[in-house]
Amino acid sequence: MSPTEPNPPPLTIEVEHLVRTYGGMVAVDDVNFTVRRGEIVGLLGPNGAGKSTTLRILTGFLPATSGVVRICGIPVASRTDDAKRHIGYMPENNPLPEDMRVNEYLYYRGRLKEIGRERLRTRLDAVLELCDLKRIRHRIIGKLSKGMRQRVGIAEAILGEPDVIIMDEPTIGLDPHQILIVRDLIGSLRGRMSVIISSHILPEIEVTCDRVLIINGGRIVAQGTPAELRREVLGRTHYHVHLAGDLAALPAVLAQVEPTLVIASAGGPDASGFHHATLTTPRDEELGEPLLRALMARSYRIRSFSRTEPTLEDVFLAATKRSWDVVDLPGARIPVARRPRPGPPA
Amino acid sequence: MRHFFTILSHEIRMLLVNTSTYLAAVVFLFVMGFIFTFLLEVYSEAAQETSPAYDFFRLFLGFAVFIIVPLTTMKPFSEERRSGTLETLLTTPVSTTEVVLGKYGAAYLVYLLLWGSTAGLFYLLHHFAADPRLLDRGTLIGGYVYIAVSGLLFVAIGVFASALARNQAVALVLALALLFLLIFGTKLSLGIQFMRLDALRPVRNALDYAQVFQHLDDFSRGIIDTRHLFFYFTGTALTLILTILGLEAKLLHN
Repeated sequence: MSPTEPNPPPLTIEVEHLVRTYGGMVAVDDVNFTVRRGEIVGLLGPNGAGKSTTLRILTGFLPATSGVVRICGIPVASRTDDAKRHIGYMPENNPLPEDMRVNEYLYYRGRLKEIGRERLRTRLDAVLELCDLKRIRHRIIGKLSKGMRQRVGIAEAILGEPDVIIMDEPTIGLDPHQILIVRDLIGSLRGRMSVIISSHILPEIEVTCDRVLIINGGRIVAQGTPAELRREVLGRTHYHVHLAGDLAALPAVLAQVEPTLVIASAGGPDASGFHHATLTTPRDEELGEPLLRALMARSYRIRSFSRTEPTLEDVFLAATKRSWDVVDLPGARIPVARRPRPGPPA
Repeated sequence: MRHFFTILSHEIRMLLVNTSTYLAAVVFLFVMGFIFTFLLEVYSEAAQETSPAYDFFRLFLGFAVFIIVPLTTMKPFSEERRSGTLETLLTTPVSTTEVVLGKYGAAYLVYLLLWGSTAGLFYLLHHFAADPRLLDRGTLIGGYVYIAVSGLLFVAIGVFASALARNQAVALVLALALLFLLIFGTKLSLGIQFMRLDALRPVRNALDYAQVFQHLDDFSRGIIDTRHLFFYFTGTALTLILTILGLEAKLLHN
């Protein structure tokens, strides 16, 4: 969020120095982050990183060992019931009662969420429509496909129009078509509700989320937009070029374009004398045009040229590896990249 | 307690739409009918000192309660914890107390419904035998009141076992063990030589007070002793408090 923006949306989730231990084992270790209204935030991490524990603490289901969690300014630890009124939650594996019908289940959950009967009827119609469940509203949940069950879980989470939606692995086990539907569904909440999603599926997070938190060993090891993370964690830009010419003279050409630009790898010539070369620089600016001009001016023949964007997967692997590397050092602590200061209460 | 009735009506509804409830009811009534027929055969062969209703209710304590309590109570929490739906339930603005009381209330109502259905056996006896000696009205009313009152505690024990165990089979064994301790354990422990020590007199008195067969005898004779009522009501309250605390402790260490 830009500091120059006059009225940034209020904070809906504030987490400060959150710690959770299980019998001496630290599952969540001094986690800090904030989420603003309308943001979709992805929580990434390997298995056992503390994602589900963090989300469960946010919902008030699990108490924290120490630290503060506020939902819409309400402290979850001391006013759990009030905080729960602002949350829609879809747990991992999306457990649903097998022997209820879709509309019965949603009605029951609506009543538990303290939605009045009149409003609940309207809301039921709205979420059934939004999640494309109208056709199957009378079907027994136990007989639904996985994708439909996920949609029922999402419908339940958004039923009470909460300020905060928490979803633990919402797209796990779905086929690509169903993933698209769920992704669109989550995307449609952007700007209205704060959504926090944990996932392993990195392209999914990249497409859906405005911001990403990478958690490893119970700590946030990196956070920011996918572009920021690329810069921060990988810090390099790569260019792939398929060219023919004098490779020995190439470093000098590159140095003229950008002194930091070097050859990362170069393959041998193929049958037609062309090499595959990877060029790298820590600079983020676009160097494609001057580089192409310089190569052409030196009579290099070029078949293809591209700038490669590292995927979120590269970022994730680098960030988690970096945290493990630091952990492995004796007495070292994991560096917490760009840890934000706790924002003012909403 | 605004969610109590929502949970209660939901639980009752779920029990009523579930085929296994009807299956269990049929099996239960079949077993009780079989026992009743057996009792009538005994009575037709020789004169007995007590009415068939009296023996029927003694069999309730000695046998039937061990079937019906686990049947109605082993599912509520074990099943929800196993499937993970308890997590979604407790992330709504619902307290653990409301959840426990809602599920307990539903299990107790089903328990009453199943026992109430055994009144049909006495109706059939009355209809076909029309012998007033076979139907002792005082014993019948006292017995059913006892079933209703003691059921409060027995069902609470079943719900307690269900809250502690994730597995239904473990909940079943735990419920059976606790019921056995209450129904037979109190009686058997009084017979132990060690218990006759003077120093253990207060314990002996307490165990004597908890003799459930004695309570049934009193109820069957039409004596509704407030001490017995106090025993069941406080026992129920204590068990439900332990259930709530147990469930919260389980969630805390989830």
